[in-house]
Amino acid sequence: MFKKIFLYSLITNFFFTKKIFAAESVGMPQLNPEFWISQIFWLVLTFGLLYIVLSKLILPKISANLELRKSQIQENIEAAENQRKSSEAKLNEFDGIILKSKIEAKNIFKDAREKVIKNINSKKEILDKQIDDEVKKAEVEINTLRQSAPEKINKIAVVTSAEILKKLIGAEVNNSSISAIVDDLVKKNGDKYYGH
Amino acid sequence: MAANPMTQFEVYRIGPEIKVGAFDISFTNASLFMVISSLAILIIFNLGSKKNSILPNKIQLLAELSYSFVSKMISDTAGSKARPYFSFVFSLFMFVLFCNMFGMIPYTFTVTSHIIVTFILAAFIFIGVTVIGFIKHGFGYLKLFVPSGVPIVLLPLIVVIEIISYLSRPISLSVRLFANMMAGHTMMKVFGGFVVSLGIVGGWLPLSFSVALTGLEILVAFLQAYVFAILTCIYLNDALNLHH
Repeated sequence: MFKKIFLYSLITNFFFTKKIFAAESVGMPQLNPEFWISQIFWLVLTFGLLYIVLSKLILPKISANLELRKSQIQENIEAAENQRKSSEAKLNEFDGIILKSKIEAKNIFKDAREKVIKNINSKKEILDKQIDDEVKKAEVEINTLRQSAPEKINKIAVVTSAEILKKLIGAEVNNSSISAIVDDLVKKNGDKYYGH
Repeated sequence: MAANPMTQFEVYRIGPEIKVGAFDISFTNASLFMVISSLAILIIFNLGSKKNSILPNKIQLLAELSYSFVSKMISDTAGSKARPYFSFVFSLFMFVLFCNMFGMIPYTFTVTSHIIVTFILAAFIFIGVTVIGFIKHGFGYLKLFVPSGVPIVLLPLIVVIEIISYLSRPISLSVRLFANMMAGHTMMKVFGGFVVSLGIVGGWLPLSFSVALTGLEILVAFLQAYVFAILTCIYLNDALNLHH
């Protein structure tokens, strides 16, 4: 409806302005009192209605909306603050637990290490003893072998020499004479041969 | 359109002549734009206050920003005592702003370019503020005309000047708005006429000037609405917080 009136006014604008322009072309239309009463009436009516509707219906709603948003934001901030606090407390608790378990773990590790070291030490002692025993036995054996070695070597030397001589000269040589020579050599160079 | 830049301010009847007694209250183009402005305000702010979401949409944001803008303007100039008059100042600011802005559309009518309209608004504000002042302070309100710290010799002169300045408030308030709107629109019309008369060759200079002037006029339209509202707040402040 207003659109219609607006269009109507646009269309008739030319006509009216031409008419008025022809009627009075001097001065300001504002000072022509012809429509003053009409303007005052419509101003009071429209502005009055505007004021009443805005103040009674619309502005309280906007104000309430703003208040609600403000309080909601405040609430959210408070909730966030609370959650932050609780999370901080939980973080502290968590840190405490971590610290405690670290100490516990250290203790367990220490205990285990001591146990293992003890175990190793005892086993090592036993092993050392066994090794010592073995070494001693071996040493005794070696000693007996060493002591009996020259005699056997002499014998071997005598037999070998006799065999060699027999092959070389084709005659039997008295073993006793060879052994005498070997003995003599041993007496002379025994140190060199056996490392005494 | 006629070449006379003043024809845009002509008021003419739309529809039949309505007479109440001796008074002609016919619906005119001025009435039409008062109705359009009021309806536009009501529609925009109704849409802006309908739904309340935490994240406002554009129209809600517009309504709420306007609300806080006017609210801040009042509390800054007139303090918390002016709270009951918020609705009035808000309506006033929006009405003047929308009338000014609708006037910026070509072929429309600027309601506020008529002295009678601005004068009625200003006179209502003046009377209202004076009544509020006398209700709040009784005859103590007359102390407004006696500034403190003035030498006794100068006092009669100062009081006379203060009274004249107080009484000229509605005139200055109304003429400021009316003259600004009328001058701006006349100037735009004159430059528009130059564009037509100088034609395709010489019309470019006034055309560019006209474009710049349109921007300036939109600024003036807002500024004058703001000034109108803030002066109302200042007068309210005088009436509510008498500090002389």
